[in-house]
Amino acid sequence: MIGIVSALIARDLALAARVGGSGALSLVFFLMIVALIPFALGPDLNLLSRIGPAILWLAAVLATLIGLDRLFQADEEDGSLDLMSASPAPLELVVLAKVAAHWLTTGLPLALASPLFGLLVALDGTAMGATALTLLVGTPALTFIGAVGAALTASIRRGGLILAVLVLPLMVPTLIFGVSATEAASGGTVPFGTPLAILGALSLIAAVVGTLAAAAALRWSE
Amino acid sequence: MSGRASGGGLLRLSVEDLACRRSGRRVFAGLSFALGPGEALAVTGRNGAGKSSLLAILAGRLRPDAGRVAVADVGEAALPECLHAVGHRDGLKAALTAGENLAFAQALLGVPRIAPRPALERLGLGHAHDLPVAYLSAGQRRRVALARLLVCHRPLWLLDEPTAALDTASQGLLAGLMAEHRAAGGLVVAATHQALGLEDARTLALAAPEPGAAPSSVDADPEDWA
Repeated sequence: MIGIVSALIARDLALAARVGGSGALSLVFFLMIVALIPFALGPDLNLLSRIGPAILWLAAVLATLIGLDRLFQADEEDGSLDLMSASPAPLELVVLAKVAAHWLTTGLPLALASPLFGLLVALDGTAMGATALTLLVGTPALTFIGAVGAALTASIRRGGLILAVLVLPLMVPTLIFGVSATEAASGGTVPFGTPLAILGALSLIAAVVGTLAAAAALRWSE
Repeated sequence: MSGRASGGGLLRLSVEDLACRRSGRRVFAGLSFALGPGEALAVTGRNGAGKSSLLAILAGRLRPDAGRVAVADVGEAALPECLHAVGHRDGLKAALTAGENLAFAQALLGVPRIAPRPALERLGLGHAHDLPVAYLSAGQRRRVALARLLVCHRPLWLLDEPTAALDTASQGLLAGLMAEHRAAGGLVVAATHQALGLEDARTLALAAPEPGAAPSSVDADPEDWA
């Protein structure tokens, strides 16, 4: 079982690193959104640093969608998904391994790069650290929620837009608690730990519900 | 856990009164057969007669409209864990090398038999071990997919048009592999338009799907069909 999970993760990481992988693409997309917003708002540093965490979180939500449509579709098209369903491992475990690999190539780089991109929206040190930490805790929830949409649209050509429409509303709670935790870190009436704990809980719930729902959706589409 | 499907490979497959419906249209109905160790079944029929649908039902990817598929003598393993399916979609990642694809299949499916390199050499593709599958021709890709049959032991082989894109020499090679598999007690179900080296196999001819007409007929050894 452990061998199967590590083989799946190693394969998906190797695929992401080679031609056509989408890991670097979502990071560049993240940078694009964060870089565009100061142009739209103008050079008001106070305004930027006040809404900076919200900009970074919104950009992370949108960047998570990049590459998500190919999460299961690529394997469905070339028959790899049939191979995986013939494995002795349950489909839930296959989904968990694939989503974990996807988070390692998209969510984790976003969280690690966010302090750097925080410079573009004039964040101070505390807010940068808080944004990176909340993204680290919160992006798994985004990836697992997105995986359900990816599984539902796996056999639909050009399912990317449907996927975005399906999963963006479900990402609202994660977005709310992610931004409020970051804002609590740089002052406010709520202690930082409270929204962060809720964010962690959202990620854990999404990991369980998302894995089961995505595996059910893949079975149903067959 | 990974060793539980191996159990000597003496699997029995029985299909009773199977019916298939796709998009509301009946493809076939009343299909029954049984296969024991070492036996093979060649499924023939016109395009659209339901050959691939039958294989998809056997592989557990498609739910039958009626009837049941049962396996015996494999312990607690479910049918999808006892079979290899090679079909039109080859299940290979173009960005990975042939060797990486086979090593992944071996780790995923369990019950390893021979390493990817000797498996590729058996199919005359030893030189492709370190080449990305994207560089290979259609026939070479098909041979890499067939090499998957060798890297893991699974008692039932489901082959959907296995000779598509294969040259004559490779077709002979495949016939040899199937004979070897059956001699070891394995089962083969192949959907085909061409002779496969399965001359001693039973034939299941699926009739063209016509509403009202008898949907299927079995033309060899009718008393043999359990």
